[in-house]
Amino acid sequence: MNTVNGNNSWSPYLAGALVGVLAILSVLATTHLLGKTSFLGASTTFVRAAGLLFQVVDPEYVATNAYYVKEKVRVDWQFMLVIGIFLGALFASLTDKSFRLESVPPTWEERFGASVWKRAIAAFFGGIVAMVGARLADGCPSGHGLSGMMQLSVSSFVALAMFFGVGVLVAHFVYRR
Amino acid sequence: MGAEQILGLFTGLAFGFLLQKGRVLRFDKQVGAMLLKDMTIFKFMLSAILVGMVGILVLSEMSVISLSHKPMNVGAILIGGALFGAGWAVMGFCPGTALGALGEGRWHAVFAIAGMITGAGLYAELYPFLKETVLAWQDFGKIGLPEVLGLPAWCLVLAFLVVVPAIFVWFEKKSL
Repeated sequence: MNTVNGNNSWSPYLAGALVGVLAILSVLATTHLLGKTSFLGASTTFVRAAGLLFQVVDPEYVATNAYYVKEKVRVDWQFMLVIGIFLGALFASLTDKSFRLESVPPTWEERFGASVWKRAIAAFFGGIVAMVGARLADGCPSGHGLSGMMQLSVSSFVALAMFFGVGVLVAHFVYRR
Repeated sequence: MGAEQILGLFTGLAFGFLLQKGRVLRFDKQVGAMLLKDMTIFKFMLSAILVGMVGILVLSEMSVISLSHKPMNVGAILIGGALFGAGWAVMGFCPGTALGALGEGRWHAVFAIAGMITGAGLYAELYPFLKETVLAWQDFGKIGLPEVLGLPAWCLVLAFLVVVPAIFVWFEKKSL
C-alpha cells in the first residue's frame, strides 16, 4: 500500500481506525480471557520497570513504598504490551524497509545540531518531567488520549487538552528560532 | 509467561505494528503536531478514538464490559497534564511511542526511555507528599462526559461522528 507518506506506509486514518478495532478487541479479550477489563495504556509500565530495577539495589524500599505497593511491581499484561510495541514496530519497519538507525532526529538537528549528547540530556530530562506528569495525571496519550477519550472520560478530555496545549507552547518556545 | 502476559504481548505487537505503519512513532511527527505543521498523529488518534468509541459504547450498553474512567482529580490532571505536555515537547515521544521508535531504529529514544524510568522512580518517591497535597485538593472521581452534560452517550458519539470527519477535511484542505 502506498499512500500519503510514501513508500509502504499506511494512511494514518486507516492505521488509526485499525487501532480503534484493536482497542475494542483487546477490551473484549481481557474481559473474557483474563476476567478483568484492561484498556490500552503504557505509562504505568515505567513505574513497574523502575520498581524492578530498584529492587536489585534496595528491595526493602520497593516493598514498602506506597506507590510501588499500589501499582504492584510485576511483569503484567501492560508490561508485555509495551514490549510488544517495540517488537511490532521492529517487525513493521524491517519488513517495509523503513528501519533506520538514527542518532539525532532531523527536526532536532536542524535547531540544535548533530550532537548526540545535547539530544541525550534534553530527552532524559524531558522524559523525567513527562513521566512525573503522566503518573500525576494517571495516564499518557495512550491511557488518556486513546482509552479515556473512547470512554468519554471527563479527566481524559482535560488531560489531553493540557498535554497538547502546553506541548504546543513549549514546542514553539524550544524549536522556533 | 501466563495467558495474561501472552495476550499483552500479542496486543502490543499489533499496536506497535500499526503505530509504525501509520508513521506516528517519529520524533518529527510528534513535534510536527506540536508546531502545528503536521497533523499525522491527530489523524491517527482521532480515527482510533472514533472507531473505538462506537465499539466501547455498544459493549458497555450491552453490559459486556464496564467503563473504567480515570478520576477527575483537578490538581493532578491540570499540573500532571501540564508537566507531561512540557516534557513531551522536549522529549518528542510519549511513553508508548518511545518504545516503538526504538523498534524502528531510532536508538536515541533510549535516552527518553531512561528519563521516563527515572521519572517514574522519582514519582514513587514523591507520592506520599503528593498524596497529602496536590492529590488531596479536589477529586470529582471517576466521571464521564454524558453524566456531567446530562446527555446520553450515543448523542455525544454522534456529535463526534460529525465533527471529527469535518476536522479531517480541514486538515487535508490545509495539507497539514
